[in-house]
Amino acid sequence: MTNALDPPPDGAASILRRHTMARVALGRVGTAQPTSAHLAFQAAHAQARDAVWAEARLAGDITVRSQARDRREYLLRPDLGRNLAHGTTLPAAPGALVFMVADGLCATGVAAQAPAVIAAARPLFRLPVGPVVVAVQARVALGDAIGAAMGAAAVAVLIGERPGLSAQDSMGIYLTWAPRPGRTDAERNCISNIRPGGLSAAEAAAKLAWLLAAAQGLGATGVALKDDMPAMPLLGAVPAEPVERRRT
Amino acid sequence: MPFAHALGGTRYVFDDLATLLARATPLRSGDALAGIAAETAAERVAAQYALADLPLKHFLSEAVIPYEADDVTRLIIDGHEKAGFARISHLTVGGLRDFLLAEPEVANLGLTPEMVAAVSKIMRVSDLIAVGAKPRVVTRFRNTLGLAGTLSIRLQPNHPTDDARGVAAGVLDGLLLGAGDACIGVNPATDNIETVQRLLEMLDMVRTRFDIPTQCCVLSHVTTTMLALQRGSPVDLVFQSIGGTQGVNESFGVSLALLAEAHDAARARHPGANVMYFETGQGSALSANAHHGVDQQTIECRAYAVAAKYAPLLVNSVVGFIGPEYLYDGKQILRAGLEDHMCGKLLGLPMGVDVCYTNHAEADQDDMDALLTCLAVAGVNYIMGVPGADDVMLAYQSTSFHDGLFARAATRKTAAPEFEAWIARMGLGGEAIPAALSPALIGL
Repeated sequence: MTNALDPPPDGAASILRRHTMARVALGRVGTAQPTSAHLAFQAAHAQARDAVWAEARLAGDITVRSQARDRREYLLRPDLGRNLAHGTTLPAAPGALVFMVADGLCATGVAAQAPAVIAAARPLFRLPVGPVVVAVQARVALGDAIGAAMGAAAVAVLIGERPGLSAQDSMGIYLTWAPRPGRTDAERNCISNIRPGGLSAAEAAAKLAWLLAAAQGLGATGVALKDDMPAMPLLGAVPAEPVERRRT
Repeated sequence: MPFAHALGGTRYVFDDLATLLARATPLRSGDALAGIAAETAAERVAAQYALADLPLKHFLSEAVIPYEADDVTRLIIDGHEKAGFARISHLTVGGLRDFLLAEPEVANLGLTPEMVAAVSKIMRVSDLIAVGAKPRVVTRFRNTLGLAGTLSIRLQPNHPTDDARGVAAGVLDGLLLGAGDACIGVNPATDNIETVQRLLEMLDMVRTRFDIPTQCCVLSHVTTTMLALQRGSPVDLVFQSIGGTQGVNESFGVSLALLAEAHDAARARHPGANVMYFETGQGSALSANAHHGVDQQTIECRAYAVAAKYAPLLVNSVVGFIGPEYLYDGKQILRAGLEDHMCGKLLGLPMGVDVCYTNHAEADQDDMDALLTCLAVAGVNYIMGVPGADDVMLAYQSTSFHDGLFARAATRKTAAPEFEAWIARMGLGGEAIPAALSPALIGL
């Protein structure tokens, strides 16, 4: 949405705009933002609000649902989004990495980003890859229930991230070694901001493969697995959302 | 011990202190989610009556989470300041409300987090503002924060891929609009140690190049910051998210011993300074399934007892970040932000508030303007400054640099004095970028 902003008020300020998609160099009227910047913000917020409630078709081998019956219940009852709907059956995938593709807070985001990441990641893994499980009205921790039910070695949850003003198509990946209900967020590693303009599918796949190999060696994910993967200079930095601000 | 109150012909009974506190809490979605909220509006007020009659001394004999089971309870009970408490030990919760509103001096009262939470539950928004404005909590690093007549701003120049120049552009934009005296603090998109070190070095370069009287912080996990410190990176502040139970702190990957170790390491680097930066927020304990049936606002106050142990420079509640399952809408966020500010101040903390919301909450910028204005009147130590209020990394909305200018102007406040002098020295305030702050000087 930054593109909808007017040009910055002078040449020096435009230098700032060149380096970030953040809303910099807006100018000011009194202490406030000029009308154009104000309306650009309102428009982006309206689109993000709408994205939270949008539905999308997700690609996978099996589809399961959480216990949250609709979007409103999903928003108000995260506990239901972490449990599989009663009567769900899943095939065994012992020792495998299982992908869970989940709507989360932005179904359109995961629909757009997940297929390319899975395709790029498959050849990089040493572990066998199990079926891709699509999960509807799902929270990250639903992957623990799915991974445990399938006997998976690890679960990679690909989930739509909460829409922001500049990005309404972003996906995150949460990797959990030895998934089982009761795992805490400190026992996962996260890769976030996967989208055009953020982390590319190839970068996300490389990062996931690195984390999975490290997790396999360590027998754990989370705080114990320090992310000291060398930075990829040609690709820029490698985001993995810090535990402390993650409250999905 | 059960508590009871009759209202409208119904006698309401509350089995224990935790239940009484939960039922007395003004409505918020997180307590409903936990199944501990009052079922009716009448039950809530009955609980408030019963709570108002409760002697403060009772809080010293009934813990909401058992002493044996939780290290935060042990920290609270073992660290209770009996000397200050003598002044108010004869009061009930209702009497404490009246005392806080009537007395000009309300610092160092030996209040426990649970007492502070209790009194806030029988207060209106105007009470929260009036009492929140009384304690002054002043902290120091390279400048002095929390003085009367000042309102500071944490400059938050996040970038989705931690691009150093992208972050630097956000820093300069904020400086040009008077932000950055609380700190220049980046939430990294990654906890990668090399990235964290690179950001620390860039921030230190900007700070020294422009000779800014402020402090910098990369808000990585405490273990990552300690590693950066060991490797010789220019670490000013040690950041960590904390909560009000042992379990929620474990979910953040921290312990009290680890926080003490980090505090000692940073103090060795910066003798005499307040070196810690903590963030909190109602709902984190429930989110981590570590709430013990205690309401989210009481647990939030217990987190302040943890923070107070390490003499922080900055503490802020990220009040609307957690989402609608804990604070549903603008009304709930407004009240929670003012509760957190007042309760933190009464417990001796340099409280800031991240006036914020997410896109799945029923809130918008109008709600933030209302909370910001109330907090500025209440004397909040600092707020966030985010380019255009839009955090492009964390995907939520906070307050903009412009909002900071508005709040200072509306309440006739300035930045921290050292920073205000720097603003004057640099010639900030006009349309053009002063030569002394040329983007070229920091490689842009």
